[in-house]
Formats: sequence, C-alpha cells, structure tokens
Amino acid sequence: MKRILVVTILLALLSGCSGNWGWYVVDPTTPTGAANLRFLVSGAYNTILMSVTAICISVVVGLFIALPGLSRKRSWRSINRVYVEVVRSVPILVLLLWVYYGLPQLSGLTLNVFWAGVLALALSDSAFQAEIFRAGIQSIGKGQYEAAQSISLNYRDTMRYVILPQAIRRILPALGNQLVYMLKMSSLVSVIGMQELTRKANELVVSEYRPLEIYTILVLEYLVLILIVSAGVRWLERHMNSEEA
Amino acid sequence: MTHPASLITMCNVSKFFGDFQALKDVSLDVAVGERVVICGPSGSGKSTLIRCINRLEAHEEGDIVVDGVTLSEDAETLNKIRGSVGMVFQQFNLFPHLTVAQNLTLGPRRVLGLSETNARARAMKYLERVQIPDQADKYPRQLSGGQQQRVAIARSLCMEPRILLFDEPTSALDPEMIAEVLEVMTELAASGMTMIVVTHEMGFARRVANKMVFMDKGEIVEVGAPEDVFTAPKSPRFAKFLQQIINH
Repeated sequence: MKRILVVTILLALLSGCSGNWGWYVVDPTTPTGAANLRFLVSGAYNTILMSVTAICISVVVGLFIALPGLSRKRSWRSINRVYVEVVRSVPILVLLLWVYYGLPQLSGLTLNVFWAGVLALALSDSAFQAEIFRAGIQSIGKGQYEAAQSISLNYRDTMRYVILPQAIRRILPALGNQLVYMLKMSSLVSVIGMQELTRKANELVVSEYRPLEIYTILVLEYLVLILIVSAGVRWLERHMNSEEA
Repeated sequence: MTHPASLITMCNVSKFFGDFQALKDVSLDVAVGERVVICGPSGSGKSTLIRCINRLEAHEEGDIVVDGVTLSEDAETLNKIRGSVGMVFQQFNLFPHLTVAQNLTLGPRRVLGLSETNARARAMKYLERVQIPDQADKYPRQLSGGQQQRVAIARSLCMEPRILLFDEPTSALDPEMIAEVLEVMTELAASGMTMIVVTHEMGFARRVANKMVFMDKGEIVEVGAPEDVFTAPKSPRFAKFLQQIINH
C-alpha cells in the first residue's frame, strides 16, 4: 500500500516538471493506451523465465566450480581460479554477442535467442556464484567437518547434509543480490532480439515516439519485479532462520 | 583387573606442524574396557595425540593400530577406523541446522544404512542414556551447554563405537554444567566403554581412570595407575603440574 502511494507521488512529481509529458500513450482508459500498456507488460514473462532459468543453471555450475576451489590440491584450486578469472572478466554483453553470433560459426550449433541469452547470463553469473559459494563454505568452521568425519560421513554426505545447508543460509542475501542483478542484466538480451521487457519498450518507442513515458514505465516494471524478488528473499531468510532459532 | 586385548596401540608416533614437533616418539597401549585420562599443560600434545587416533591429524612417524587395523591414508581403512572410534569435542560441534534427533540419526542413516524408524529408535535410546529424551526435537542452540555436550556424546554413541575419545569435553562449559556431563561419562565408564579422556578434571580422573597419562612438550612423561600417580608422582614435572591444578 505504502509502495503504491510512493510510486503515485513520484509519477505526479515527474509529470509536474516541465510540460513535455504525453501520458496518453499509456493511458489505460483509451484503447490504444491500454493496448500499449499490455504490449509493454507482456515482456515480463520472458524476462522472468530467462532470468530464473539462467540463475538455476548458474547456481549449480557455480557450486561445482566452487568445490575444487576449496581443495587442498593446488591443481584443483587453479581450475577454479582460471574459470572465475576468465569468465568474470568478460562483459555480459560481449559474452552474449559471442555466444549468439560467434558460437554457431565455431561449432555449427545455433542457439535460439532465448537459449543464447540464458547461456550468456548463466555463464557470466556462474563465476560470481562460485565465489559466493566458496566464501559461504569457507565460513563454516573446521569443527563441523571434524564432527562429520568422526561419525564417518564421506565427503559427499558431509557437503550435502552438514556444510551446504549451513552455507546456503549464510549466502542467501548474496544469492538474492545475484537474482536481482540477473533480472536487470537480462535487459541486455534485447539487443539480439529477445522479446523481453526492454525490447518491447524499444519497439514501442519506435512506433509511438514517446521515449520518456515508455521508458519510465519500463523503469517501473523492473522496480516492481525486483521489489517482489527482494520481498521473496527476505521471507526465505526469515523462514530459514526461524528454523534453527 | 586384566585386559585381554589391546584396542589401540601407538608405537613411536611423531607428529610435526611445520618445524614444530607436536608429538615426540609417543607410545601408548589401550586395552579393551580401559579408561585412560590424559592430562598436561596446554600445548603439550594431548589433543593432538587423540586426534591422531581417528586421523583428524595425520602422524608422520610410527604406527597406530586401532582395533587390529593399522591407520593409513587409505579411505576404506579410515572409514573402518572412524566407524569404531567416536569423538566428543570441546566445542560440541553439533550440527546447528539439524534438530537433536537429526544430529543423532544422520550417521546411522547415511553411514550404517539404518531406516529412519530404526535410526530414530536408536537415537531415543541414547538420548535416554544421557538423560535428555525430551529435547529430541529441539535445535542445539535451544539447549544449555551441558545438554549440548550430552547430545554430542549421544551422537557418538549412536554409531556404537568401540572406543570413545573425549577432547576436553568440559572445558567450554560453565561450572554448574560440568557435573552433568561428567556424570554421563562416569556412567559410560561403568558400562565398560573404552575411553580416552583429555581433561583437567582430576576428581573425575581419580574416580574413573584406570590409567593416567601425563604429557609435556609432546612427550609422555609419566604413565601410571591414578592411586599411584596422585599420591606419589615420579617425575617432578608431573608433581608440579598436579600441585598447580589442585591449588588453582
């Protein structure tokens, strides 16, 4: 309720400064405005689907990249280092262009826009996830491993039942951050033609020529999406912490 | 009392942390049913010694034979040995995200392959033994320190080990909680469990131990029956240590 109020006031203020607003393009009371609004919002599905798919992949990849980084063996650790350093130094947009235009030439494998976007986002994010997981796992005390060893748990079970459940609770805020980041970065996939929020806005701007109003709506769309995600992560944090409180 | 078989044999064991020698040529025999109390000043290698027995630390020289198996790097050997050796830690090291019952059933289910029902039944049996069956569904942080340590003892017992190692089990406890933990340990000793206990609780040692080991600077300085060493320690270092501990 409070949020809606703030947004309304913000909009009113924005309309107030200089007279160049033309809200009619997205006025829901007119048929054209309503159609435009529907067109803008219709991109949300792809934005969400792409981001969520990408983060699911990057969490799994990140975990498996983090594990060798915790090894006592130098050679294992260097696999982790090389992956993290190389992948996180490539800008997402560059990676996206490379995956969409470059990869087909290299491998003959052509990805559609959706999967090219998911792959680029997931790959790029996995390096960050790997570092988050490594930090989380390293924050668990030696005593937990020793206790697990003293009851003969093997490495897999120690990770699965003892270390990771605790590590994930601790890195939840960071994972939430990454999801927010992912939702925002998915806007880049618009450049290769993915029909998501940003692409829809761009297309509407071309036909209506009201960038100010349309991009303002776009900003609000991301704002709402991300507020929902933040609330979800906070709920999850509370829920998980209350379990062991 | 005669002890038919050696459960643990340590023979000329040395352990280094970099240049620092934590254990110097340590030899020790522990028979079935024997209760060994190890004492000594901090940094004397007591904890290192028992941590070598279930290979939380790897020793560099000498041999350690546990229940007929010689300790080695080999994973299968390690599993066998850790299966017969339980350990109780100074800081309890309970799994904070699991309930008491889950802490107890994790090993039996994942390692021994017990069904959930059987594992739970076993957990309840040992929780009753440490006198806190009513706390089964609480989380560790809802319990007092003494209760947590008793849960940790029960967690070890659930694996039905042949030997229990205690690494300063009461050092992290408030004074009023030490008694309840010692009581459980005394009861365990009375039931015939083979135990090696690193502790400064000399009253407990006097009551329960049938072998006292005094360590200093990585060496075993003196070994003897408690009634002998407490009244007439042979080495001056042990005599001085006992005096400090009793007069503190």
